[in-house]
Amino acid sequence: MSFEQVVFILVAAGTLGAALLVVTTRNLIHAALWLIAALFGVAILFVFLNAGFFGVVQIVIYIGAIAILMIFAIMLTRQISSEKSARFNKNWLWAFFISIIFFAGIAYILSLWPEFGTTKPILSAEIDPVKQLGVALVSPQAYLLAFELASVLLLAALIGAVIIAWEQR
Amino acid sequence: MTDPITWIANWLETILEGIGLPVGIMVLILTVLGVLIVVIFVLAIDIFLVWMERKVVARFQDRLGPNRVGPYGLIQPIADVIKLIIKEDTTPKGADVLIYNIAPVIALASVLIIWAVIPFTPTLVGAEVNIGVLFIVAFGGIGTLAIIMAGWSSNNKYALLGAFRTVAQVISYEIPMVIALLIPVIFAGTMSIQGIVNSQELWNIVIAPVAAAILLVSSIAEIGRTPFDLLEAESEIVAGFHIEYSGMKFGLFYAGELLHALTIGALFSTLFLGGWRGPFVEQIPVLGIFYLFGKAFLVYFLIMWIRYSLPRIRIDHMLNFNWKFLTPLALIALMVTAILDKLLTDFSNITYAVIMLVVNLVLIWAVIMVLRIYASGERKKVGELKPTANADAVLSTFGKDVSSAQETSGAST
Repeated sequence: MSFEQVVFILVAAGTLGAALLVVTTRNLIHAALWLIAALFGVAILFVFLNAGFFGVVQIVIYIGAIAILMIFAIMLTRQISSEKSARFNKNWLWAFFISIIFFAGIAYILSLWPEFGTTKPILSAEIDPVKQLGVALVSPQAYLLAFELASVLLLAALIGAVIIAWEQR
Repeated sequence: MTDPITWIANWLETILEGIGLPVGIMVLILTVLGVLIVVIFVLAIDIFLVWMERKVVARFQDRLGPNRVGPYGLIQPIADVIKLIIKEDTTPKGADVLIYNIAPVIALASVLIIWAVIPFTPTLVGAEVNIGVLFIVAFGGIGTLAIIMAGWSSNNKYALLGAFRTVAQVISYEIPMVIALLIPVIFAGTMSIQGIVNSQELWNIVIAPVAAAILLVSSIAEIGRTPFDLLEAESEIVAGFHIEYSGMKFGLFYAGELLHALTIGALFSTLFLGGWRGPFVEQIPVLGIFYLFGKAFLVYFLIMWIRYSLPRIRIDHMLNFNWKFLTPLALIALMVTAILDKLLTDFSNITYAVIMLVVNLVLIWAVIMVLRIYASGERKKVGELKPTANADAVLSTFGKDVSSAQETSGAST
């Protein structure tokens, strides 16, 4: 087993363990912090795949913005952070089965993909993946429409948030 | 011999190869060694910063500062460190012990890790990544997280208030900061920090003074220094998020804060003041370290100068300043720069720089004009007589109620 494999297994196990603790811990703040640990693990996996850009974006968006917003919301909610509620409700068995089926379904569909399990050639050093991504996002042959649609959607959400928060004068 | 650090690294590599280590382990040893050297170097400077900060603030306040221990008080920070280490380490009742203890470590680590992507010389950079700018933004967010963890786990209302203020301030000032960081990226055409330094034949501050000013102001807010020190406003929330910390745990926060200021200095000099660039640096790369730290300390001094000259601003002013002034200005500057950069691709470097500078100066002039109009409106508003101070105005607004209240009070006396 190579050094990279050892590190990969450790990181993957840590990520899964943290993800499990997110749903089983009783303290909501702890759950949010475990979520951050799990997201950080995913960022490390991105770096392993030579996708440094995605690794850093994962930290910026999920940890720097979303997780901090969640913690902030939990802290602003009275008492909820110290309350010890029941760990599971009575639907947990159904949820467990549905998530297993869902996981199996996704794994099955992925295995039908013809290139499943083949190793992709390593990109040559001259190609700057960030530049390629940037060009792809704004080129009409690639993802221009999806990119613009997503930005319009986000803008709409932004304006909506401003209107909701607007004080009635 | 002009580049001793690369030479030492190559020498170590040959020795390790000589004793027959596999390449993977050799790279691991060299990497760990490199990380240790950078961290120790930066932390040693951090100890020196304590002395500098105290000495400079003393001069600003017409005092002498530390001058008892060693020449010019130079050994004072060592005494401070010893005091912090042997101080009692307290944990408040009801604290979340693990989070409480891990928060100061993350706070300092999130600052230290930024030094990984800052190039010291043309040949010496911790991690040459093509996303350096984004990396810095990402680990700034981790620093915020550490402050929230400290504030929440202390089980103290002041600490929690400090954490709330941190979120409000640091996250909102991140927006103009990130936008300002994009402007050097446009000039260089890469997010790699070494690439940005390499592209600065002419320092970026000359062609983008607006972006430089936005970055400096939002960085000061980001590290929570006066005039933006609402996170630890002593008169309001005692010490903010680190109120319950004592001994070396507080020391880590303090060291992190000082080091963050120097890191901002290094970052600012790398992005806008040419980083390691200076005379003869092409021939003798090791000079770059001195140029970089010289510039970083200059910016650090500027930050201290602002800190000890200005009063703290009010929280609503702080938020208004960000959302109604810095963010729109940063967006305008970014759009203007991006459009001009595309329009000016065919021109020579000199024309490019001159036009960029002129456009920036026009932008500054327009901002000052808008601010003047706004300020004169505000002055008029403040100058008017307040309705409560004017008896006629009160009577006309509230009419009978006030006059009857006056009568009853008059009758009782």
